[in-house]
Amino acid sequence: MTASGPAGSGIPHLDVDPFDMTFFADPYPAHELLREAGPVVYLDKWNVYGVARYAEVHAVLNDPATFCSSRGVGLSDFKKETPWRPPSLILEADPPAHTRTRAVLSKVLSPTVMKQVRDRFAAAAEARVDALLEKRSFDAITDLAEAYPLSIFPDALGLKPEGREHLIPYAGVVFNAFGPPNQLRQEAIERSAPHQAYVAEQCQRENLAPGGFGACIHAQVDEGAITATEAPLLVRSLLSAGLDTTVNGIGAAVYCLARFPDQWQRLREDLTLARGAFEEAVRFESPVQTFFRTTTRDVELSGVRIGEGEKVLMFLAAANRDPRRWDKPSSYDITRRTSGHVGFGSGIHMCVGQLVARLEGEVMLTALARRIAKIEITGEPKRRFNNTLRGLDSLPVTITPV
Amino acid sequence: MPAITFIHPDGKSDRVETGDGESAMQAATRHGLDGILAECGGNAMCATCHVYVDDSWLARLPDMADDEDALLDGTASERLPSSRLSCQIKITPALDGLVLRLPERQV
Ligand code: HEM
Ligand code: FES
Repeated sequence: MTASGPAGSGIPHLDVDPFDMTFFADPYPAHELLREAGPVVYLDKWNVYGVARYAEVHAVLNDPATFCSSRGVGLSDFKKETPWRPPSLILEADPPAHTRTRAVLSKVLSPTVMKQVRDRFAAAAEARVDALLEKRSFDAITDLAEAYPLSIFPDALGLKPEGREHLIPYAGVVFNAFGPPNQLRQEAIERSAPHQAYVAEQCQRENLAPGGFGACIHAQVDEGAITATEAPLLVRSLLSAGLDTTVNGIGAAVYCLARFPDQWQRLREDLTLARGAFEEAVRFESPVQTFFRTTTRDVELSGVRIGEGEKVLMFLAAANRDPRRWDKPSSYDITRRTSGHVGFGSGIHMCVGQLVARLEGEVMLTALARRIAKIEITGEPKRRFNNTLRGLDSLPVTITPV
Repeated sequence: MPAITFIHPDGKSDRVETGDGESAMQAATRHGLDGILAECGGNAMCATCHVYVDDSWLARLPDMADDEDALLDGTASERLPSSRLSCQIKITPALDGLVLRLPERQV
């Protein structure tokens, strides 16, 4: 750690690479280092500022005029580099443009809409547990965390049955692409052409079944809320952000409940804790680990001066375990008061699909806890590596029915 | 800075200083007040920041938007004519002294 260089004096410079395989394998010691080094740090490897404490992450998320999204929420600065795909009209937009598109997706994924899909999502969760009880031993990632969202979300969107195998790989590309130009990102983009072609096609109005989220977005064109060229890109946001995130969210919850049997027992005794158990897993594991912002002006953040046009990396996962904010941050406690965690972000960009994610999590955990007495991990869990998403590739388990 | 008062179902009350441009929900959560959950962080998606506005203040609040109205139909505690979402109440100097009652439950 030195206190010199382009980032000015007084800022701790760290040589941590938060997009490196060894970092991903066990990010917690590095998170602690980042948090304890100072409120704002400078990462020499990628020439970016970093914030890992809750207060600063929250502050950056809630000042979108200073810390903007329209220059990209990955490392790449859209003002200096051509984005790998046309930018998102919501995630990579600032007010007032963001306000308009956000209103459209909020309406399409509103509490009222959740009430309409709830029974369907719950029935599919029960059906999933039926299938798992037949197997007894299975991979909790493939057969549960992936299989469940795949059994409902593409249908809820109104996608055709053909080609759905592109969905998870496409999301993998999107979330790798927020990272730096490392091997993960380069290879993902090189192999992305077929997935991009599939997604572009599915976003068109004629390919989306009536009544689904996709058709509801296109219907907003008729209301005059968005244009016919904007609608496919907003559908794309749901294809990018709506599936792999919940796969990792549900995967995180199952991994937590399998590792901490006392919490599993508490959940079994009181099924109303299912929502909290999912939410706490999103805090504890933070399936979306990081996002960037770009400064629109010179700014002082917690005493540190940051110039205009600088990238700031927000460690959501580290903020979610900051001991300054959380009591016993590294324990998974399904009765914890989790509100305020930044696993879904915070402020104007806070996940617009959060109700979908919570609904899936709640009904899936309820169905599991009602009918399964015990979940045992029976083999070494394997990690899946992605520049933004944290989750497992496989988690062998055996379940005991009630 | 304007201050507002939250009254808990058991009658206890908490007076909270608000920050510049904050909503009633933000002031409450910043002070760690029990009784406001605010799962969606103020994005008008969750209705877990439900409050009952004291009668004397009700008419002085700006009208609610359609999304707030629709969400209030799904509150965990009964919706009353005085029901509002605290994340949609932006505190201005004119609201100094506002009194909000907390419902029994938010989920
Ligand atoms: C556990 C699951 C999920 C997690 C952890 C998650 C996480 C996040 C985070 C951290 C953000 C903030 C991005 C930022 O501030 O730059 C975000 C935004 C977003 N999410 Fe999610 N998400 C999840 C599920 C979903 C689902 C199911 C959908 C769609 C149905 C979705 C769609 C979106 C969209 C479109 C945005 C951009 C919102 C905006 O910029 O206003 N997400 N999500
Ligand atoms: S905080 Fe969610 S509706 Fe107010």
